[in-house]
Amino acid sequence: MLIKKRPSWALSHSDVTPESVYLDRRRFMGGMVAAALAGAGVPRLVDAAALPIQGESLEFTAMPGFSTDEEKTPYEDVTRYNNFYEFGTGKGDPAQYADEMSVDPWSVIVEGECDRPGTYALEDLVRPHDYQERIYRLRCVEAWSMVIPWIGIPLADMLKRFEPNSRAKYVYFETLHDPDQMRAQRSLFSTIDWPYQEGLRMDEAMNELSFMAVGLYGKTLPKQNGAPMRLVVPWKYGFKSIKSIVKIRFQEERPKTTWEMIAPQEYGFYANVNPEVDHPRWSQKRERRLPSGLLSPNWMETRKFNGYGEQVAHLYKGMDLTKYY
Amino acid sequence: MTIPMLPFRILVFLLSCVPLALLLLDIATGSLGPDPGQTVTETLGLSALQLLIVTLFMTPLARWTHWSGWIKVRRMVGLFAFFYAALHLMAFLQFILGWTDLWATFTKRPYIIFGSLAFLLLIPLAATSTKAMVRRLGRRWKPLHRLIYPAVALVWLHFIFQARSDITEMVIYGLVVVFLLAIRGYWFGWHSLVPLRAAKRR
Ligand code: HEM
Repeated sequence: MLIKKRPSWALSHSDVTPESVYLDRRRFMGGMVAAALAGAGVPRLVDAAALPIQGESLEFTAMPGFSTDEEKTPYEDVTRYNNFYEFGTGKGDPAQYADEMSVDPWSVIVEGECDRPGTYALEDLVRPHDYQERIYRLRCVEAWSMVIPWIGIPLADMLKRFEPNSRAKYVYFETLHDPDQMRAQRSLFSTIDWPYQEGLRMDEAMNELSFMAVGLYGKTLPKQNGAPMRLVVPWKYGFKSIKSIVKIRFQEERPKTTWEMIAPQEYGFYANVNPEVDHPRWSQKRERRLPSGLLSPNWMETRKFNGYGEQVAHLYKGMDLTKYY
Repeated sequence: MTIPMLPFRILVFLLSCVPLALLLLDIATGSLGPDPGQTVTETLGLSALQLLIVTLFMTPLARWTHWSGWIKVRRMVGLFAFFYAALHLMAFLQFILGWTDLWATFTKRPYIIFGSLAFLLLIPLAATSTKAMVRRLGRRWKPLHRLIYPAVALVWLHFIFQARSDITEMVIYGLVVVFLLAIRGYWFGWHSLVPLRAAKRR
């Protein structure tokens, strides 16, 4: 399982750009842009220096067979620009406010159609497994994307230990709901009926790409990225990859998901990345791979299933994806 | 009250430039984050709405303070609102759309349609803001410029139709806009909110 044949989505064999080189280049380009726009002589007041990687170091095995060689999105962007609506709708809110959440100790309730339900401490969920590093693309429904080196375990390995029974057709996930720790849950005008809820069909969850992440860039997950444990489903829009999970339930009926409940005409249960199916607000044909620039926008064509079709297209054989979006 | 007009005008001018100056500073220092096109577009849109609201505050302020200086800077603030809205539109076309997908974008997406209608309404207001045009339009100028009311309502729809989940910000802006329109209705009669209709009947 360690060295697999490279699937088509893994692109070229060149090495991933080391982060330091990448950041230097970015800083250089930033300087050029600044000079071009502001004219000569304007000093750069803020140096977008590399942020030291926070968290505890994790031991892991790199999984090149499950990793893209595309340029990684720098750590500072992955951790300071994202959506985690429990902390606010601004892209900087999670980084600013996620510290108000405490993730230690952490336990997860497992229930529903399985033979080993119960309340599991985080350590018991992850300890028996060896961590892997997988560099996945992440495509947000808002038409931006990143490339992120996740650390974690295959979702299937974790779920199998709960021994789901034959009635388990779907698996449901839930994020922590605690308005004391998650400030946006205190908002009077949120249309989200907390807790945040997501789900996968069982065969989707068992797919080899589905991943339960506990870290990124080699260290434990920053809180704003869904610490201590989050889903990563790279062929679906980012909102499917639910963060800070406290509940896992196996069930026979398809769960309703948070975004589907708010706007069913915009967000479906499947939410597979698909340039052919338009979203009412954002065209899905292209994406801005971040970091992007003002003068040199990093546009690229969006690929069906986010480029992971070889692994997952069979899951949807015979389904009308314009209906099951 | 004897506040000298020229310094006040200059102050209002400089204040109206602040959002753009801050944005340019962020661009120059590379501190707009990893998705600068989106950030620039959003910032300009929000500034445009804020300046539109400031414009609508000028008449009430003049009444409350018994000072006509507010009315004298109203045109300038309104033009700044239009200026920011135009930059907002350009930023969207250049940084978000890259001039592709224009037809679908402007015909299919409700929030874009609301924003575009708002912008269309603002164009004649900006175009007829010169002294010469005010004189030429005479008593038709005022009913024409009441188009700012439907324009600000459309901007608000533009804003709330892009909300993902939390609408706190939209509710706050909405309350301010409703207040600004209602106070006019209360003072000048509700018919005074209807644009384009000649003012003779009263
Ligand atoms: C001319 C047509 C217009 C277009 C195509 C347009 C487009 C956009 C786009 C793409 C966004 C960002 C949406 C998102 O990704 O969430 C936006 C946000 C916004 N626009 Fe416009 N807009 C237009 C006109 C206007 C006008 C005339 C105003 C105000 C005078 C305005 C005010 C705003 C505001 C307040 C926001 C929200 C900014 C934020 O999220 O903080 N827009 N607009």
